[in-house]
Amino acid sequence: MILRPILSSLTRHKLTVMLLMLQVALTCGIVCNVAFMIEERIARMSAPSGVAEDEVVLIDSVQVDPHTNPQMRHLEDVAALRAIPGVRSAVAVDAVPFNGSDWTSSLNTQPDSDANAASASVYNGTPGELQTLGLNLIAGRDFLPGEYLPLDSAHDGAGLGKVSTVIVTRALADKLFPAGNALGKSVYPFSQPARIVGIVDHLSRPGPHDAGAEDYSALFPLLPDTAEVTYVMRTAARNRKHVLEIAKATLTRLDGNRIVRQPSTFAQLRADYFHRDRTMVGLLLAAAVALAFVTAVAIAGLAHFWVGQRRRTIGIRRAIGATRGDILRYFQTENFLIVSGGVVLGLLLAMMLNLILMQQYEVPRLPVYYLPIGAAVLWLLGQLAVLGPALRAAAVPPVVATRSM
Amino acid sequence: MFTYYLELAIRSLRRNKVLTTLMVLALGLGIGACITTLTVLKLLSGDPLPQKSAQLFYPQVDPFPMDGYVAGETKPQPTMTYTDAMNLLHARKATHQAVMTTTGAKIAPQQANAHPFYSDGVMTTSDFFGMFDVPFQYGGGWTESDDESRARVVVIADFLNDKLFGGANSVGKTLRINDHDFRIVGVLKHWAPQPRFYSLDLGGRDYGDGDAVFLPLQSARAADMAAGNTNCFDEIKDLKHLETAPCIWLGMWVQLDNSAAVADYKAFLANYARQQIALGRFHRPDTGLPDLMRWLRDEQVVPDDVRLQAGLAFGFLLICVINTVGLLLAKCLRRSQEIGVRRALGATQRTIFAQFMVEAGIVGLAGGLLGLVFAELGLLGIRHQPAEYASLAHLDVSMFALTFVVAIVASLVAGLLPAWRACVLAPAPQLKAS
Repeated sequence: MILRPILSSLTRHKLTVMLLMLQVALTCGIVCNVAFMIEERIARMSAPSGVAEDEVVLIDSVQVDPHTNPQMRHLEDVAALRAIPGVRSAVAVDAVPFNGSDWTSSLNTQPDSDANAASASVYNGTPGELQTLGLNLIAGRDFLPGEYLPLDSAHDGAGLGKVSTVIVTRALADKLFPAGNALGKSVYPFSQPARIVGIVDHLSRPGPHDAGAEDYSALFPLLPDTAEVTYVMRTAARNRKHVLEIAKATLTRLDGNRIVRQPSTFAQLRADYFHRDRTMVGLLLAAAVALAFVTAVAIAGLAHFWVGQRRRTIGIRRAIGATRGDILRYFQTENFLIVSGGVVLGLLLAMMLNLILMQQYEVPRLPVYYLPIGAAVLWLLGQLAVLGPALRAAAVPPVVATRSM
Repeated sequence: MFTYYLELAIRSLRRNKVLTTLMVLALGLGIGACITTLTVLKLLSGDPLPQKSAQLFYPQVDPFPMDGYVAGETKPQPTMTYTDAMNLLHARKATHQAVMTTTGAKIAPQQANAHPFYSDGVMTTSDFFGMFDVPFQYGGGWTESDDESRARVVVIADFLNDKLFGGANSVGKTLRINDHDFRIVGVLKHWAPQPRFYSLDLGGRDYGDGDAVFLPLQSARAADMAAGNTNCFDEIKDLKHLETAPCIWLGMWVQLDNSAAVADYKAFLANYARQQIALGRFHRPDTGLPDLMRWLRDEQVVPDDVRLQAGLAFGFLLICVINTVGLLLAKCLRRSQEIGVRRALGATQRTIFAQFMVEAGIVGLAGGLLGLVFAELGLLGIRHQPAEYASLAHLDVSMFALTFVVAIVASLVAGLLPAWRACVLAPAPQLKAS
């Protein structure tokens, strides 16, 4: 093996080699963590909301006149919205996934004990919320007409203490009843039990929450009774724009003394909600690529200088019998050794950086499989970067040895 | 001599055009990323009221029950109940004091076929304007007796005045807010402190445009205007009567002019908490009195993502600098013979050192110029983001200067090692080798 001459040559360039190793190490440390953050954000952005996203549109309405009963207003509005051609169903709700209007309540599994409790986002709406949002009911049934009560928002949503039924997401059902027999069991928002009559596959929460708890949602048969409400309509994907325009005009016609806000498709709502994450993924990706590029430049640049410096030596080696392949492999092996040194240091750095990030920014622990992947990527990068100069070195003719410089 | 070094450096850099370009490009990218993220960081962590922030303090008390309380660790609550806010306000222990919260104001324009719209509002007390040195275009704030008599008066922002009254003096005119008539008593000049320090934890956004309307707290509440953020610590019977509910929803700011006044106020707060414990209203003894900048830090008003981006940018610059060191070093070692010849012809170590530092300096300067271009591009990108602070991201003079300081320092640091290696090279072996 030709390791010994390579090593002895490298020890003559200690400073340069150390600098390159340091650069590889820093790149390895940063890129591992950046890749992990990218994966995390993409996972968060691509989690299913449970909503039929391509068919749902929504519009906010705020009633100004304090003398009209809000519930009457909602009834009239919903009836008018349902009558719009192309609208399959319409409901009035207090929140939808990603709209930020997050009412979180603690749900207990036993009265007066918060052991096994889970904190969940509460969704309230008029009958038909399940079909309108397009939620996938995987067990049980929808609410019955007789189960609906007013939310009683004047008393901070006191209706939540009187309600007798609830529909939860699968994630929340599994959290509250890990044995998997949630259907028919009771949860306690306050001291009154609410029986779980249905389980839906997914329903994301209106605002951001810790990893693992993003799907802890509960639907209650409570009718919104505030001046501010969101109307949700379901329609064919191609009718969405049209339906929103008519809906806005319809609401203004029924009551001009109100504020109609944020008519948008659910797809837009999702895009806006994750806009910051998307930007951040873009930035992180750009940073990782730029870092890899700069390091590749350093490797290629250094190899380029060394090839220039060693032309005569290469010529002599060729003259005394080394093949082109031998010269190529020499530079490839040299690069492999330097990058390996950097990678060993880099993996330590990656873990240290992750520890700092965990303390400062609530980043989870770096999964171990990132380390071999990071090392492999850098080895590959190093080999690609050194290939050009190494090929040039291999092309040095033996006759160089005979020329004086 | 300097021009000679300059010529040598340029000749040397031109010999490896691709490498020089990549080196400058990498340095430029690193500097551009650093300046962009630093500009945003500076914008977000800036002092909203530079002339007054040291005298402004945010008193905190804690009416919560003992559940979950850990002595020495649990911080006092960020907002107050109406009762505590009014007690502290009426005690008048500071030069200025005002309580406040945010609200959504439904404004109905008088013009025919204009639709009502929502604007950000502040519900506060009369001292707000004097304490924060809020500038007026027309009229002024309201008086304490207006507070007490629940007068229907309002101060509006310049942009709302432009929108509704075409920028004319609208003092004395009527504005319909939440279905009640309010008389305009003042119109502000442009006033939008960044961050919107007075309303952190009171609801609403932290950066961006200023608030549109300012109303006396009691008058606005009598018109059923809701508080931006309420947090209740006991069962509530009626959320409509927040004033008597066990809920915290008000912030208070006080102006204290010297350290003696601060110490007095701290003692006053501690004493107040003790009194309330004796009355059975409070359970926790802790109070707080952070100054404005401390309060911003406590509230972590700068988003995590922005701090992360700045960290990443500096990591990137560090790698770019190491990259430049490595390449310059390799390059200078390859020129050992040239250095040997120059030394043999009488060049001193000092001149060799100077020559290589000039070469590094040129790379740095070029990197700095390119960094400036990248920073402008980066900030342009940020201005097109939907973030609250997007429109404020501009390169100012100090950041412009900092770009070059960073560039020159980075390149000189990068040049130091290669230049030192070059000047300590012994000339004789180099000459012999050829």
